[in-house]
Amino acid sequence: MAFEFDEWLSVKSKDEVLFLFNGEVNSTLIADSLDKIEDQLEAVKSKIRKKIYNVLVECMQNLFHHSETLPAKPGFETTGKYAACILSKNSVGYHITTGNFINHKQKEFLSKHLSHINTLDRDALKELYKEILNNQEFSDKGGGGLGMVDISRKSGSKLDYSFHEYKDNFYFFSLSINILE
Amino acid sequence: MEPISIAGTPKTPTVHFDAEKGKVEIKGRSIPENSIEFYKPLVDWLEQYLSTPAAMTEVNIQLEYFNTSSSKCILDVFKKLEAIYKSGNEVVINWYYEEDDEDMLEAGEDYQSIIRIPFKMIETDE
Repeated sequence: MAFEFDEWLSVKSKDEVLFLFNGEVNSTLIADSLDKIEDQLEAVKSKIRKKIYNVLVECMQNLFHHSETLPAKPGFETTGKYAACILSKNSVGYHITTGNFINHKQKEFLSKHLSHINTLDRDALKELYKEILNNQEFSDKGGGGLGMVDISRKSGSKLDYSFHEYKDNFYFFSLSINILE
Repeated sequence: MEPISIAGTPKTPTVHFDAEKGKVEIKGRSIPENSIEFYKPLVDWLEQYLSTPAAMTEVNIQLEYFNTSSSKCILDVFKKLEAIYKSGNEVVINWYYEEDDEDMLEAGEDYQSIIRIPFKMIETDE
């Protein structure tokens, strides 16, 4: 069955939603969203609040830098750099979910990188973080998957992700991160 | 050398670099989408400072948040400071972190293990 964006969004918005956006990501949207989220989290314990904020910043900047632009053509329900980000809460903690469209090459990279990250414990993640930080070339878009390593370290939980085939070699990439209280 | 003085914004830190006083300060949050653009003038300034540094350089890093795109640029800043240290000048790095912010403390320890200048970890109240 083909991937249904609306269905994905409704499944991911089941808990208490503190923040949700879906649409085209740009720099202003990130700034505005972070402002809103900061207000939302004001009452949350500082240690957890910082973790949530750090992970969210990283996630949104990933969406900004790495979302594929979908072509405007028949059969595509959305166009442009369409993405979604949800912050929700339930009895065990906070959940950050992102979704965006990527190409085949990005899918290959992510699938290798994320499955590797999920095999690592705390110390091994620290080593991988330092290795990428110190040895890899960075560009304006980031460097060598450091963001995902950081997300995994800060959240302290495994990355829950999936790829859904969309159309014309585009994939929808869904990522969920738990920050437990 | 002309000092650098930049006011902080919601996405970029407050910066004070002063060659005469031997002061290097970065405070606040560093989460720009394009960190290289923000940090390049700072790294260039340090490159110039390297040739005639003060007898003692005091570095104060007090960040609330930084993204991974900034983390590489901050490492570049530290690498310039390491060069000053290695050429026989005194460099003191004060890494501030808020009470309970283990992630920020750990980030300081990560840098310390890469650049090999002793850091002073300073806990502050929230």
